[in-house]
Amino acid sequence: MIDTENLSKQFGSHTAVDRLTLHIGEGEVFGFLGPNGAGKTTTVRMLTCLIGPTQGRATVMGYEVGKDSQSIRRHVGLLTETPGMYDRLSALKNLTIYAELYEVPDVPGQVEKYLRLLGLWERRQDAAGTFSKGMKQKLAIARALLHEPKILFLDEPTAGLDPEAAKLVRDFILEVKAQGRTIFLTTHNLDEADRLCDRVAVFNQRLRVIDTPQGLRQEMYGRQVVFHLADTAVPYQPTLQNLPYINRLEAIDNKLVVALDDPETHNPELIRLLVSAGANIQFVGELRHSLEDIYLRLVNDD
Amino acid sequence: MKKIRTIIGKEWAEVFKNRLVLFSVIFLPLMLTILPLATIWGMSRFPASTEASVSAEEIEFFGDLCVGLTENECVMVYTLSLYTLLFMILPVMIPVTIAAYSIVGEKATRSLEPLLATPITDLELLSGKAIAAIVPAILATWLAYMVYAVGAMIMLGTELALAYVFAPAWVLAIFVVGPLMTFLSVSIAIMVSARVTDPRVAEQLSGLVVLPIILLLVGQSVGWVVVSRDMIYLIGVIVLILDVVLGFITIKSFQRETILTQWK
Repeated sequence: MIDTENLSKQFGSHTAVDRLTLHIGEGEVFGFLGPNGAGKTTTVRMLTCLIGPTQGRATVMGYEVGKDSQSIRRHVGLLTETPGMYDRLSALKNLTIYAELYEVPDVPGQVEKYLRLLGLWERRQDAAGTFSKGMKQKLAIARALLHEPKILFLDEPTAGLDPEAAKLVRDFILEVKAQGRTIFLTTHNLDEADRLCDRVAVFNQRLRVIDTPQGLRQEMYGRQVVFHLADTAVPYQPTLQNLPYINRLEAIDNKLVVALDDPETHNPELIRLLVSAGANIQFVGELRHSLEDIYLRLVNDD
Repeated sequence: MKKIRTIIGKEWAEVFKNRLVLFSVIFLPLMLTILPLATIWGMSRFPASTEASVSAEEIEFFGDLCVGLTENECVMVYTLSLYTLLFMILPVMIPVTIAAYSIVGEKATRSLEPLLATPITDLELLSGKAIAAIVPAILATWLAYMVYAVGAMIMLGTELALAYVFAPAWVLAIFVVGPLMTFLSVSIAIMVSARVTDPRVAEQLSGLVVLPIILLLVGQSVGWVVVSRDMIYLIGVIVLILDVVLGFITIKSFQRETILTQWK
């Protein structure tokens, strides 16, 4: 659905996006992560034909960016970083304007459908300026979906929302995903990306990594098992030290952290060895690194 | 065409919900209608002059404006032409209030980006915004002028009013040159609006477009120039050329990328 090849954007001497190459498949939720100023919004703007690339090429649904801009605009939905509603106009009027601009066949029907779907129908005659931030965001999501786009670009969709509104937006993204639409999501909320995205890319002017959240964990940290002992772990370190399948071993207070490729096969033996060495094992669990750990490690490397 | 209609509807719905803009659209035509009518009413209360014609000095000051008129009539006609010239401010000033806000207002409320992401062409967007500013300005000017003309006819008598308020040159000025000036004013206001970040700055800068009219008004009131029929024709031709040039520049200089990334 979205393909880029060495896509670059330069503003004067500043390189905002440097040779971005990626492929996003149909129905995929793709997380685009990066710090402020990393070039995420610039990438979204290039892919939605708001600005042109200085180098490289990109296609969206087979249409080439810069050549078939009107076709791309017709087929994609964009939720910008700020809702940007017409505050003096009613919710109904706001959506009607966009439905007409997108040449939606049944304007009143489609507007009603999304106002109801997002729980705004009762407030349809109220000026958008009187809405809370969460309601405005819901209205902006409705606006992005009015023309039933196959691809949805969501730029920080839950930024600044209270937990309840953010959850509502996240649930809605999952509903949209279930409809088979492709979603390109930029976010600072790494937990959100972890929960919603099939694949994520960490981007800081150039693409750092791209994989599934689970794949990234494995690639960066491998699989790790933690043994919680009743007393200090250091005396039990030599028991496991020379085993050939252990990649790394660390004793921290009363915990032994073991990195290994296949814990399902080797954990029983490790438990047996530790028990026979006199260790009192309280818990055994897999150490799961958050996407935040991975992100911070990559971004700090820059 | 449908998208242009949508933009016009959107602009009017927004603009006419803004009381300040609505006030400025109504106030100026109202003032420029009441003021000349009050002056004519005041002047008509003075007894008619017995002077058969104007003096040599006055002929020098008024040019051919007063040939064959009594002194009183001459002053009346001179005042009328000043006020009619004042009407030319309307088609320039009214659209500035609306057009100056058109792009910068969208930037300020962050609604420009989603709007530019829709499949609307630059020409459709600019046409919609321009028409939304031009139509109320022209209608307000014409309405104000008609009220002024009818009022003048009642107070001065049909003959004098027809000869000087409804003179072909002034009719041409109001009904042809006026709309041309509106277009010029809107082109400038939209260009300024796309480049600035503050709606107030856009309005103030675009408002400078009224300066040539003010200069003409001052020139006429101190006797440097007399706005004659030929001068109105000349102004019409100059404004028409400027309209074509500036209209072209406005469309060509409207670059979505530059507006979003540089003039934000």
